[in-house]
Amino acid sequence: MGAGHAHRLYTHRSSPAHALPPHCKLAAVLCFVLVVVSTPREAVWAFGAYALLLAAVTAVARLPAVPLLRRLLIEAPFVAFALLMPFVVPGERITVLGAGLSVPGLWGAWNILAKATLGTAASVLLAATTEPRDLLLGLQRLGLPQPLTQIASFMVRYGDVVADELRRMSIARRSRGFAARGPRQWGVLAKTAGAVFIRSYERGERVHLAMVSRGYTGELPVIRELRATRAQWARAAALPAAALPVCLLGRLL
Amino acid sequence: MNAPGGPAPSLDVRGLAYAYPDGHQALFGVDLTVARGERVALLGPNGAGKTTLVLHLNGILAGGAGAVSVAGRPVVREHLPEIRRLVGIVFQDPDDQLFMPTVQEDVAFGPAAMGLRGDELSARVAAALRQVGMAEYADRPPHHLSFGQRRRVAVATVLAMRPEILVLDEPSSNLDPAARRELAQILRSLDITVLMVTHDLPYALELCPRSVILSEGVIVADGATGDLLADEELLRRHRLELPFGFAPRATPPGLLDRPDTT
Repeated sequence: MGAGHAHRLYTHRSSPAHALPPHCKLAAVLCFVLVVVSTPREAVWAFGAYALLLAAVTAVARLPAVPLLRRLLIEAPFVAFALLMPFVVPGERITVLGAGLSVPGLWGAWNILAKATLGTAASVLLAATTEPRDLLLGLQRLGLPQPLTQIASFMVRYGDVVADELRRMSIARRSRGFAARGPRQWGVLAKTAGAVFIRSYERGERVHLAMVSRGYTGELPVIRELRATRAQWARAAALPAAALPVCLLGRLL
Repeated sequence: MNAPGGPAPSLDVRGLAYAYPDGHQALFGVDLTVARGERVALLGPNGAGKTTLVLHLNGILAGGAGAVSVAGRPVVREHLPEIRRLVGIVFQDPDDQLFMPTVQEDVAFGPAAMGLRGDELSARVAAALRQVGMAEYADRPPHHLSFGQRRRVAVATVLAMRPEILVLDEPSSNLDPAARRELAQILRSLDITVLMVTHDLPYALELCPRSVILSEGVIVADGATGDLLADEELLRRHRLELPFGFAPRATPPGLLDRPDTT
């Protein structure tokens, strides 16, 4: 429930990567991820090459490496799932340190780990170089339907408001001697979640009223038109363009 | 009220009655006329029907008896886009009013919905933000502003639509004394008709020469704000109270109309 995470992901710098129009960056990251996932898992070296490409982007964007690596922890739930695979997937078995592991399971785990980590790292880089508002404009420019961009835009705007509300409720709970020690207190937390849901729902109605009062008819006006020059597209395409030969080589070898 | 040949009043409400779908009747025949350029306070206790009345002014609520017209145009379905431009409602919670990611985009929302684009739109936004003294905050997300600043931006969001009448719902709520004074200065500097819904009686006295009291769904009093606030019996009957130690007669209205020196 970290407040303001949307803004914390963005790291303010002036770099060529920050300056690119958001829709170019979005398209580049999407293409890069597609190239990564279509690489055969046996081409282990290829994933190392992709990691180097992302490291190069990090350097170009003048971003600090350690905080970015820490943000990769977001994929921990997937990692947990991947780590289970060598134990549960049926097939040929090998013994490592006295434990019987399945070979297809190990390959499966490696596949998920490598591709998910690269995908997450690319997204973390995108988020660190692009403000949330610009990401939304970029998505809209790329033709994502308005209802989806509107929902995302309200998330950006009201995430902090709801997080503040949760924090105040937590202070009020603790002020009355409540401490969440174990499952016995989960009921109280569930009721808090319910209360926040109701409050947000009511806020949604009031916001809608305010929008209608100012002439809302279903569309959020686009105030800033995004434009990209050929050179900017070319610069954004550098990442997927460098990744593509790696993928092709991986398929051939 | 409407002098022949003169401009139509900014707001004209006649015999307005309304019951919510659940059967609760909130308004029982409200008559209210606000002339162009007037600043009027709509006073009343909680539950008097103030918000219900406000939501009728731009046609969000409709379907009861009576009629509302704004600058001579009846509030009916076919005029709604125009009516919503003419009636600028500033809601009580600025977090409800400011729904766009940045101040600038929020102020631009109304005029953009009216069809303005490009330079004209940016000029409109800049002018509105200047009017409330928030020009340098254009690129900030609303969440990073103080409550008073957010309220001022909320006022700018409707000013940008060049409304005929500004309707403020509890404008002084949650403001500290300095923010309260700043907002009063801004409101006084605007050349616009104002209907201010409040139960903050000193604020009404400070800003509005005329007040009406809405109680249990009808207008029960209409007159000079100073006179109404001096009538203790009237206030008591309608659950309105002056703050402790406040004597309306001690502050002659003329004093309050002095231009601000700060």
